[in-house]
Amino acid sequence: MTRSSQTAPIEVLLVEDNANDVELTLHALRRAKLRNHVHIARDGAEALDHLQQHVPDLILLDLNLPKVDGREVLERIKKDERLRHIPVVVVTSSQAEEDIARTYRVNANAYVTKPIDPAAFLKAVNAIGAFWLEIVKLP
Amino acid sequence: MTAAPAVPIEILLVEDNPGDVRLTKEALKDAKVRNNLHVVMDGVEALAFLRKQGKFGAAVRPDLILLDLNLPRKNGREVLEEVKKDPALQHIPIVILTTSQAEQDVLESYRLWANAYVTKPVDLDQFLKVVGSIEEFWLEIVKLSHR
Repeated sequence: MTRSSQTAPIEVLLVEDNANDVELTLHALRRAKLRNHVHIARDGAEALDHLQQHVPDLILLDLNLPKVDGREVLERIKKDERLRHIPVVVVTSSQAEEDIARTYRVNANAYVTKPIDPAAFLKAVNAIGAFWLEIVKLP
Repeated sequence: MTAAPAVPIEILLVEDNPGDVRLTKEALKDAKVRNNLHVVMDGVEALAFLRKQGKFGAAVRPDLILLDLNLPRKNGREVLEEVKKDPALQHIPIVILTTSQAEQDVLESYRLWANAYVTKPVDLDQFLKVVGSIEEFWLEIVKLSHR
């Protein structure tokens, strides 16, 4: 729907410390119809560093991260005039209702729980890609 | 991933175009996840529904809101702003569903904390596909807050 005429790839920042999850996510996003470029940050501090120099089109953010927690990364992004418009999809293993409600309250754009089964994980990431890269109009 | 919840997902559609309402209903009827669609036709009714005011005293709190931007009485932008400022409502995801492709509307909506911005295709099949994708992502993949 969006960007069909644009040639620049969609810039995605993936903030994830689990190597397996990074691999699965990259695999799923490579299959997305729209060209995208994924930058990987392995912890919250790396993510914040990257965001000082770059404004990605979409952020996929784990909550439990080394150094700076994902919750704090999210709050900092959504309070920053330069960054607050960027959609942040939280992808986490936490199913706690407390995390879900609080995450939406600090303006996460969507909350997705990571399925443990790799096939289900791939399906979830495929669905994230299909919706955010093909259906949504990104800012 | 939302494992088929025992209770249906409650969706509030704020849309003044009867044709788009009919199509959205049609697309959601076949959804894998059980859902109840509630429809209001303008921004004032949307807020009354969400705050259970007047004739909406018995309204349920929706899990997801689909919001058009160009609405009578109170536009979607104002509804978005009020919901996202209201501590009792701000956790409810709002998907903007509009014909506007204006970059200004897109940016402003995200800055006002819209959860996603989707443009309505004019073509019927495309419209159904888009609503189908919204359903697939928000009802099957996303974890909604049932507060």
